[in-house]
Amino acid sequence: MWPVLALGVACCAGAATAQERVLPLSELRSGVTFAGSNVRAMQADDLANPAMLWVERGEKLWNTAAESSGKACASCHGAAQTSMRGVAASYPKFDANATALLDIEARINDCRTRRQQAPALARESEDLLALTAFVAYQSRGAPLAVTIDGPARAAFERGREFYFTRHGQMNIACTQCHDESWGKRLLAETISQGHPTAFPAYRLEWQSLGSLQRRLRACLFGIRAEMPAPGAPELTDLELYLAWRAQGLAIEAPGVRR
Amino acid sequence: MTIAERRVTRRRALLAGGALAIAPWLPARADERDIATIPALAAFLAGRKPRWERIHLDLPGLADNGQAVPMKIVVDGPFAPGPYVKVIRLFSQRNPVPEMATFEFPVAVERVEVESRIRLAGTQRIVAVATMSDDALFAAGADVVVTIDACMDGT
Amino acid sequence: MPDARINVPQEVPRGRPFEVRVLIRHPMETGYRTDDTGKQIPRNVVTTFICRYNGEAVFSARLSPGIAANPYLRFFVTARESGELAFDWVDDRGVRGNERAIVTVV
Repeated sequence: MWPVLALGVACCAGAATAQERVLPLSELRSGVTFAGSNVRAMQADDLANPAMLWVERGEKLWNTAAESSGKACASCHGAAQTSMRGVAASYPKFDANATALLDIEARINDCRTRRQQAPALARESEDLLALTAFVAYQSRGAPLAVTIDGPARAAFERGREFYFTRHGQMNIACTQCHDESWGKRLLAETISQGHPTAFPAYRLEWQSLGSLQRRLRACLFGIRAEMPAPGAPELTDLELYLAWRAQGLAIEAPGVRR
Repeated sequence: MTIAERRVTRRRALLAGGALAIAPWLPARADERDIATIPALAAFLAGRKPRWERIHLDLPGLADNGQAVPMKIVVDGPFAPGPYVKVIRLFSQRNPVPEMATFEFPVAVERVEVESRIRLAGTQRIVAVATMSDDALFAAGADVVVTIDACMDGT
Repeated sequence: MPDARINVPQEVPRGRPFEVRVLIRHPMETGYRTDDTGKQIPRNVVTTFICRYNGEAVFSARLSPGIAANPYLRFFVTARESGELAFDWVDDRGVRGNERAIVTVV
């Protein structure tokens, strides 16, 4: 089922801007293929992958009722294994109610505040990471398939612009490392293609699970650029561009990275 | 990983790291010289000489990240009849706390294999020492190169 | 957060060693890190871990900051009688964690 879906959406979304896609589908490689054997082994084994601790926590939270409304995620969505299957593959997504582009974290908070009358969870908080990991986990194996048409178009263009713009003291654009130099070495590391499919991921450097936005901010820190605050629209726009760029690549979340 | 594979990996790691991978000049095989370079190990041994055999310490030659390095210790059997493994101690050459871990086996088990993930404060030698029920000592060492991140992460 | 993830085989042959895998949720704070204001974050690591099999200690570990965050342990236990594996640990602050697993010996 998954391959057919991927092909269908890839054709539609890809056709409009096929000439702009730097990395063709056949050349897409997950970040895990650039990682060392130990990182790959940790990701491949759910019993050794520390990220699964957050997935378990997320499952508990999914079934926990909010105090004010008595509603849990499960009250509306039932079993996540069914209702959330493949959902993460279409994010970030433009939400008509919110009139904004939402990543999974923002969607969870939108649900919490609007439907559960529960307070929004802070970005990078343990609970939000847990819920995001749990939701993303339900889409493991599903190929990324986002929409960039309609109301999402403007955000996509902004995200793409950001990706091709030089940033920071080092004056580097994302494309220079991740389109032009992937596979090359930077000190002892190999530069990946910069795909978002493993996030939220347990990064050994963080000793914790972290969101895609945290990883993007870390990249910006690395090139000595100003980091937008977590949840900033620039980051969500960039998430959309990255998701489009990685279309067809299977979700691995929650992954392990160095 | 075989010893040959580990040596190749280490060579490649040294080339890759360049000037920033400060590999200590240590012999490829662990022996008595390790005891002198790790005071905590010397203190534990108190003059006793372990045999550098039978226990295997598996560590990657080049760590993906010093924060979490997968480690496996195996002690070859058979143990029954005869002495069995009571304790395995792990020593670090450069960590602020040189006694990294102690694994105890109050009840004899025929498969002595322990895995964990260790933290390394830089490139160094690690030594594992097994104490048998008859107080015999077996030891093994391994070098791990730990490089700095290509890009700093301030998040 | 869940205390830990435990994996033991459901059924184990009598007299044979079986694999136990434990992943404990714990930051294993080394005590050498500083926070954003430059203040040192106090050390807090899991110091002792014990696995008891039907009440008898069969494996224990003393850990240090030299063990990575969210400590992972894999070890073997000899199967004797069906029963319970009890896992208990404590950290520098005296906070205790525990998990249980049932093992069936055939």
